[in-house]
Amino acid sequence: MLFGKSKLIRRLLALVPFCGIAMLAQTPTYNLGRAPTAEESRAMGYSVDPMGKGLPPGSGTAIDGAKIYAQKCAACHGSAGEGTKAGPRLTGGKGTINTAQPDRTIGSFWPFAPPIWNMINRSMPVGQGGTLKPDEVYALTAFILYRNEIIKESDVMDAQTLPKVQMPNRDGFIPAKLEDINRLRCRIGTCP
Amino acid sequence: MNKKEKTRRRFLQYGAGLAGLAVGGIGTARGQTAESEAAQPKNLRSYGERSRFEKTARTFGDGSPNTFTPLQDLDGIITPSSLHYVFTRGITPMDIDPQQHRLLIHGMVERPLIFTMAELKRFPAVSRIHFIECVANTAPTRGRAEEERVQERFGKSSCSEWTGVLLSTVLKECGLQKGASWLLAESADRVTHSMSITMEKALDDAMLAYGQNGEAVRPDQGYPLRLLVPGWEGVRNVKWLKRIQVGDKPFMTHIEIGTNASLRKDGKARWFNIEMGPKSVITRPSGGQQLSGPGFHEITGLAWSGGGTIKRVEVTTDGGRTWKDANLPGPILPKAHTRFRFPWNWNGEEAVLQSRCTDERGAVQPSLLELAKIWGVEPSYFRKTENSVIHFNPIQPWKVNRDGSVKNAIWEV
Repeated sequence: MLFGKSKLIRRLLALVPFCGIAMLAQTPTYNLGRAPTAEESRAMGYSVDPMGKGLPPGSGTAIDGAKIYAQKCAACHGSAGEGTKAGPRLTGGKGTINTAQPDRTIGSFWPFAPPIWNMINRSMPVGQGGTLKPDEVYALTAFILYRNEIIKESDVMDAQTLPKVQMPNRDGFIPAKLEDINRLRCRIGTCP
Repeated sequence: MNKKEKTRRRFLQYGAGLAGLAVGGIGTARGQTAESEAAQPKNLRSYGERSRFEKTARTFGDGSPNTFTPLQDLDGIITPSSLHYVFTRGITPMDIDPQQHRLLIHGMVERPLIFTMAELKRFPAVSRIHFIECVANTAPTRGRAEEERVQERFGKSSCSEWTGVLLSTVLKECGLQKGASWLLAESADRVTHSMSITMEKALDDAMLAYGQNGEAVRPDQGYPLRLLVPGWEGVRNVKWLKRIQVGDKPFMTHIEIGTNASLRKDGKARWFNIEMGPKSVITRPSGGQQLSGPGFHEITGLAWSGGGTIKRVEVTTDGGRTWKDANLPGPILPKAHTRFRFPWNWNGEEAVLQSRCTDERGAVQPSLLELAKIWGVEPSYFRKTENSVIHFNPIQPWKVNRDGSVKNAIWEV
């Protein structure tokens, strides 16, 4: 016990130079709110980060995805992902980003693949976000990637393969590195 | 008489009775009741309304429910809650039962916590006046420039007094894990709108807001709870806030890696360009208005910046040859609309009126030419391009014609 305490004190002392952070690790001041139940946490959901951290077990291919897409997505996004008045285009635009008529789509513009999974999982179909099963979300993600000519029709997308998909426009953003974004981002509204 | 009307009548009678009681110490009871009833205006409501002679209103953009604030009709710095702009990209505003609403904070925290609205309101609160501006406000439009008024060009910016608990206060209750540097704020709306916020901002002045201009946040502003990130692009002030997930990198939502990255001509896109730049506009006289004739006219307008307080507003009435400082009667508050006024005697000749502002960091609102130079394009690029241009904050010229009519002259100078 005693040893445990002194270890804790040493840790706390180590935090002193970062007192802003140390302050945030303190015990609660107001004791308001409570720990969510497992059911509440499940109902509220969870977002996957752009590197794929948080992707659940499950898998799917574009072949599986084509059927689900036709049932649940085509009405708004068009039968081949070409978009309609009700939903944006998901495909095309290849090679247009540095032209006078840039066409930003998932395939031509998005730099990472896991955000496709996250967007479908959290928000789609509109008004029914969170209702698709992980396998269905992997399959739909695979279908969109296949339709954008980024993966093959038979490629299996899962928690290991999806983060490794190389998106064509990965190097199209400034600042390029995620860890540099907050330090180097434009802070005056307009920057060259 | 319908049921509503009956209830109102009962209330008025009850109210009159109370008024009689309140002054019960003076005079006779009989006389007071009669007087109080006589003093009640006929149309007094339990929730007041403006005069029937006042008609100013929000206008609907293409594809409502988006609406623009009628800045040309407003004074001071506060936007009445009923006139606050709404730009929800097609989402119909919701009216959530506050008893049922919950906020979950989880992810890289020591203690995930879930809060009721009543619990959030028990935290120490702050009230602060801040603007919220859509990042597409004042974006270049093709074709319609001549007819555009200040309402269509600048009406996606509004300013309110917001009340709530600082996000830093609530995050301290949860405790942050080592490496926590970003968070995701998520809405309860139909598309589960979500945006990334830096921990730097979350611990600075971000607020969980439940109050707007002294009453509850309006449903179309996110009732019962919205995130407020003062000075940042409007889309990050997440409405109907239900979930905050703490992480160690930006979450890269579809808006962050899609429309809101500023795409340059060379194909590279600046993402996380978050703060709104310095902007000002003359609201009177402005496009679509009509001067009654030569003589004295006070020029007035608004200036604001995501970078802090407005330090200076200059006005030109000769198309930019000479600039003079406008008066800033105050209040001058950080990340808030700031009123400016400038006396002007119109000689009846053609005149081009413009304003430009400087914020506390020394950032100056650019001219169209200067902005084009920063972008590395000709000014005509902004008129023609299919690219979505955001953070477009050039000096706004209004041209006063000899007949007193005022027109948008953005492309003429």
